[in-house]
Amino acid sequence: MNPMQIKIDEARARGKMGLIPFLPAGFPDRERFWKELEQLDAAGAAVIEIGMPFSDPVADGPVVERASLKCLDDGVNLAWIFEGLKARKGRFRAALLLMGYLNPVYQYGLDTFAADCEAGGVSGLIVADMPYEESGFVKDALKPHGVSLVPLVGLNTTRERMALYADGAEGFCYFVSVLGTTGQRDALPARIKEKLAEAREVFDIPIALGFGIRRPEQVAPFAGLMDAAVFGSALIGHIEAGGTSAEFMAPWE
Amino acid sequence: MKKGYFGDFGGQFIPELLMPPLIELEEAMRTILPSEAFRTRFDQMLRENVGRPSIITHCPHLSRDLGLDLWLKREDLNHSGAHKINNTLGQGLLAKMMGKQVLLAETGAGMHGVATAVAAAMLDMKCVVYMGATDVVRQAPNVGRMRLMGAEVIPVESGTRTLKDAINAALRRWIADQENTHYCFGTAAGPHPFPTLVREFQQVISKEARQQFLDRNGRLPDVVVACVGGGSNAIGMFHHFVPDQSVRIVGVEAAGTGEPGCHNSAPLNLGSDGVLHGMLTKLLQTKDGQILPSHSVAAGLDYPGVGPEHAHLQAIGRVDYTTINDAQALNAFQVLSRREGIIPALESSHAVAYAIEHKDELQGKSVLICLSGRGDKDLGILDQIL
Repeated sequence: MNPMQIKIDEARARGKMGLIPFLPAGFPDRERFWKELEQLDAAGAAVIEIGMPFSDPVADGPVVERASLKCLDDGVNLAWIFEGLKARKGRFRAALLLMGYLNPVYQYGLDTFAADCEAGGVSGLIVADMPYEESGFVKDALKPHGVSLVPLVGLNTTRERMALYADGAEGFCYFVSVLGTTGQRDALPARIKEKLAEAREVFDIPIALGFGIRRPEQVAPFAGLMDAAVFGSALIGHIEAGGTSAEFMAPWE
Repeated sequence: MKKGYFGDFGGQFIPELLMPPLIELEEAMRTILPSEAFRTRFDQMLRENVGRPSIITHCPHLSRDLGLDLWLKREDLNHSGAHKINNTLGQGLLAKMMGKQVLLAETGAGMHGVATAVAAAMLDMKCVVYMGATDVVRQAPNVGRMRLMGAEVIPVESGTRTLKDAINAALRRWIADQENTHYCFGTAAGPHPFPTLVREFQQVISKEARQQFLDRNGRLPDVVVACVGGGSNAIGMFHHFVPDQSVRIVGVEAAGTGEPGCHNSAPLNLGSDGVLHGMLTKLLQTKDGQILPSHSVAAGLDYPGVGPEHAHLQAIGRVDYTTINDAQALNAFQVLSRREGIIPALESSHAVAYAIEHKDELQGKSVLICLSGRGDKDLGILDQIL
């Protein structure tokens, strides 16, 4: 079983929600980034999602975009990310997941990327700009290295398309809570409930809800329908305002 | 071949949340486009609103100066002054018949934004245009035109604040507003089915031009030339000549200042394979796969990618893609104005410059150039060159 699923299942077994914090690699700066990861790990993250910065992040809102562009300016690239991960391999209790856009991965070389994921202890990948139809060659490259492509579905994904994603999926299913980009929202759409229930039926792996999530109260109404919560923009905003990852995680544990 | 691919290029590299509207659009292309209702209304709009067919014009003085036989396909004479309206009216009517109420567009120089605003006004739809904040300032007259025709123009402050960022912003808006909004993509690029859809609306250029040239000269031209940014006027100009093996086809990219290592807009000549804005194509990028800023004196060519069908036509060797730099284009801008009384857009000036710069190899040949737009919008540049 993929480590991402193992960790989320472990949290569920303790009666907790699986926690999936997201930070762009190199945020808030190249040194502190690794310290924040350690804090997130110590605070009980099931999966830590590391953003691979890209110049043109169409699925992201302004908070993640700004943070990612700053990391690019600081010289963050995949080589730097993998170097840091390899140096810390085995030090994280949480499963590690890389998230980003296809082009940087494509230029790095898919086979090299997959091998470096394995060498750096990464067990999953999310590609925000790659629907099912285009994903075959990426899955083929990841598979020999035990890295899973995490499916992203949303409010407008039909049951038929969910089934395409569910076939052979590992780790967890990332359910996008809004028709929109990443970023905090005060309220989540009411129809999440029925679509989450549908995802529950179609997928036999854990379901994580993401986009717009800040506080535990927001996801309370969906408690039985989801296994994990992803938060990125709110965490980034908290750190930008001078806070630490440990403080942010406290209300969630 | 995989669906939505031209050889190795194309595809649908977009978030899953955009797949439903793309699938809906593809379905509409299959059902609405061939319908009698669409064809009748669209043909009428092309005749009575755009002014089609556009003419071809012989250039007697430049032909003599250069030692060749030079012809222009006059897309600059279309309503709103460029080929862009062929596409926006087509997509606008399609969207209207799909039941959409809003046309969403990105624009760089503002020509596609203006053409979308025209279509929206004509079809009684709402129009929202995203435009890089830098372009909003340097293309102020077009912003005024769009607003006058009722479009909401939203400046984009993120990234490099130019066309590529406007596309990112429009894609984000489309994710949120897909139910009642059609994304009227401006060029033959982006995710499938846009490259095919835009070509469908622009192929009228070569359909007309090929027949017009035959009627006038009793033979096909030796060389067909168009400028290539995203590549919509070029794919329209090339499409019906592609099967004519006797016709040499040339696409002209913008080399920027032309100095080694300068920012340019020539991904086919200077870029490499990569994925941006939904397509696998040729891109200007770093070795890490970050997209590089582009530059051209012609804002309409200023884009770091190119439509996937052009990448394919280059790969199979059917079309030659070459470059013209800013200075050469500015020279052609002045030469065509002075010698023939036609002020070309700076974009189209790149295609005209090709004939000027390559006159030795074109001696005695008939050359048909797509004059994709008129140059009124570029008169601000006069301060810099005269």
